[in-house]
Amino acid sequence: MSVENSHQEDSANQLIVSSSPHILSNDSTQKIMWTVVAALMPAVIFAVYYFGVPAFRTLLAGSLSALIFEALVQKIRKKRVTVSDGSALLCGLLLAMCLPPAVPLFVPIIGSFIAIVIAKHSMGGLGQNIFNPAHIGRAALMVSWPVAMTTWTKMPSVIDTVTSATPLNILKQQGYEALIQTFGSQSDMYTALFLGFRNGSIGETSVLLLVIGGIILIYKRYIDWVAPVFMIGTVGILTWAFGGSNGLFSGDPLFHMMAGGLVIGAFFMITDYVTTPITRKGKIIFAVGAGAITVLIRLLGGYPEGVCYSILLMNCVTPLIDRFIQPAQYGRK
Amino acid sequence: MLSKVKWGVHPDTRKTATEGKPIESNALPERVVIPVRQHLGAPCEPVVKKGDVVKKGQRIAAANAPLASHIHASLSGTVIEVADKPHPGLGQCPAIVIENDGQDAWEEGLLSERSWEKLSKEELLELIKNAGIVGLGGATFPVHIKLLPPKDSPIDTLIINAAECEPFLTADHRTMLEHSELVVTGVLIIQKVLSVKNVYIGIEDNKPDAVKVMQEACQGTGVQVRPIPTRYPHGAEKMIIKTLAQREVPSGKLPMSVGVVVQNVGTAMAIGNAVKYGIPLIERIVTVSGGAVKEPKNLRLRIGTSFQDAIAQCGGFSFQPDKILMGGPFMGVAQYTLEVPVIKGTNGILLLGKKELNSDLESACIRCGRCIEACPMGLNPSMLSILGERGMIDEAKNDYQLLDCMECGCCSFVCPAKRKIVQYVRYSKKLAAEKGGK
Ligand code: SF4
Ligand code: SF4
Repeated sequence: MSVENSHQEDSANQLIVSSSPHILSNDSTQKIMWTVVAALMPAVIFAVYYFGVPAFRTLLAGSLSALIFEALVQKIRKKRVTVSDGSALLCGLLLAMCLPPAVPLFVPIIGSFIAIVIAKHSMGGLGQNIFNPAHIGRAALMVSWPVAMTTWTKMPSVIDTVTSATPLNILKQQGYEALIQTFGSQSDMYTALFLGFRNGSIGETSVLLLVIGGIILIYKRYIDWVAPVFMIGTVGILTWAFGGSNGLFSGDPLFHMMAGGLVIGAFFMITDYVTTPITRKGKIIFAVGAGAITVLIRLLGGYPEGVCYSILLMNCVTPLIDRFIQPAQYGRK
Repeated sequence: MLSKVKWGVHPDTRKTATEGKPIESNALPERVVIPVRQHLGAPCEPVVKKGDVVKKGQRIAAANAPLASHIHASLSGTVIEVADKPHPGLGQCPAIVIENDGQDAWEEGLLSERSWEKLSKEELLELIKNAGIVGLGGATFPVHIKLLPPKDSPIDTLIINAAECEPFLTADHRTMLEHSELVVTGVLIIQKVLSVKNVYIGIEDNKPDAVKVMQEACQGTGVQVRPIPTRYPHGAEKMIIKTLAQREVPSGKLPMSVGVVVQNVGTAMAIGNAVKYGIPLIERIVTVSGGAVKEPKNLRLRIGTSFQDAIAQCGGFSFQPDKILMGGPFMGVAQYTLEVPVIKGTNGILLLGKKELNSDLESACIRCGRCIEACPMGLNPSMLSILGERGMIDEAKNDYQLLDCMECGCCSFVCPAKRKIVQYVRYSKKLAAEKGGK
């Protein structure tokens, strides 16, 4: 017999006797988080190319400080240090991408502190926070340093005009005609937005590259397509219907769908697992709600952009949505 | 016409290692250890004692309780011990140890060829009962009881479960390929006992050869062979009923409440053997597989053969396994010793290495929702695990249908945070049971 006795003893001592199931898929939290970070890279690299060294510095400060804060908090809370799971890095990176490229260096660092220490760990750590930590960080910075947070680098415009406002700002303050003029023509404007030659936060630039990253995540089934499609779709329909000055259905949905933080928000923020509903139906409700609030703020509110606040507002109702939208259960009809 | 299957998981099935290998019958073991409890229900009482000489097929433990199933000697020889022994499902269990006399001689008067068509329902049931047949898919429910539904639940559909959805296992697959006629005989016997019109054999569509063989074997019988989507856990009773009969078993009820009885395909063969030839359940087909087995095989093994003997028939280990299972990787039971015997419910013996287990440290739920997508019962495993962790059992039971969980393991399998969801569920169920009632 080839299974000798001595052998046998050995194996008996080492056998694992845990309960079923005995095989697990090879996906892990770590793999998911790092893949999301990787999916952001095309947009990040473009932003560094487009905005230059200041953007690089801001991104680095945001990401690194997030990692450090995470490790520190976990040490202090005497928890397993899990910086390698990538969630803190992703949080810091997303926060930095919501900032103007040339903010003073302390801004991303304080933002990361608020995001990691206050928004994430004071709620209990990964998986427990109600609000998207990156957006809490950004919102807090917005209130504390409004000037730094709205000072944009000059936009190296395709035509001669040089402006230091974001497209949504121009729309809010000077109207749609002025907006078109800034870019030259309507089609030039669409091209600029789509490719990313415009002013704004680091991560608000290239629709194309953000969508490529998002599609990779959808393809890998790390995010559900319903979230971005329903949010961007809602913004498109509502701005088309109510966004124009010539009555119903005279708005420019394409502009609104590509402007501001909508694309990064729809693909990378409302697909954050922790702070959005867990079921597909819930995700749709969340996305439509966030889209609608974004339009409300953009068209009627005091701020030119509403993505960040709309997501935070919807974060509040996520537990409620999850409570009421339950999966269809077997044998309970 | 088959309903679209959205639940469940699609792991690497790992069946290629054994699905092409004919069932092997090798030299008999020197001794067998036959536990007195190999079924769901009360233990049997031994009717032999140390020193007795027994013949193959002789009843050695009797089912005296209402829910039990007789146990027979699987070898001829001498009873050398009746004592507590390691049991693959129960830890320890009294068992009858028989030393092989090398004769392999049948109990006299046992074998007889019958034409079952002439027998009445009652006679058929009696034969099944006397042969000690239990559900061989792993649940080991005594078959003579399952085939005797109460008067108030009229049965109209019989489903023969040949999904074999657990990875690695190919015992049912080979049974169909090699014993299709006997299987069909068994199916027709069950059909007669239940007097039902609709009979389906559900086979996962990753076994087209078995579908074809069974279709041929069923020709002219009215039995319908149905390929069903390959997806774990399609072999779970509730799932295969939903796919083939388009019915959902209400929470807390048995399949018979919707007029369905499900029997495993191996059970059908055992019934065929018992009724047609008078052979009691003394052997079964077992898949021995996993990365740590030198030569994975499908074996015909006598009940009571030790895992060690079975593995030796497959060339032993290729490396030290980290886990040894009875059953499939999703619902199988981990073993602490190779001394445990093959029992009626052993459909597989798996030897797995660390790499195949893919286990890792558990971390916090990131609410990714995969467990919800995978759960065939439509539960929220994430909440169940969190409530279990916090000991909030009432909420788990009342608001999140804790008791509906069938512990299939899909949720734990897909969880990227490697949460031991099923373990929390079991723990919560235990606490809920202790609290009792309600
Ligand atoms: S699969 Fe795991 S991490 Fe994802 S929601 Fe379920 S329990 Fe949480
Ligand atoms: S909750 Fe229960 S039924 Fe649902 S996937 Fe997990 S183990 Fe299976």
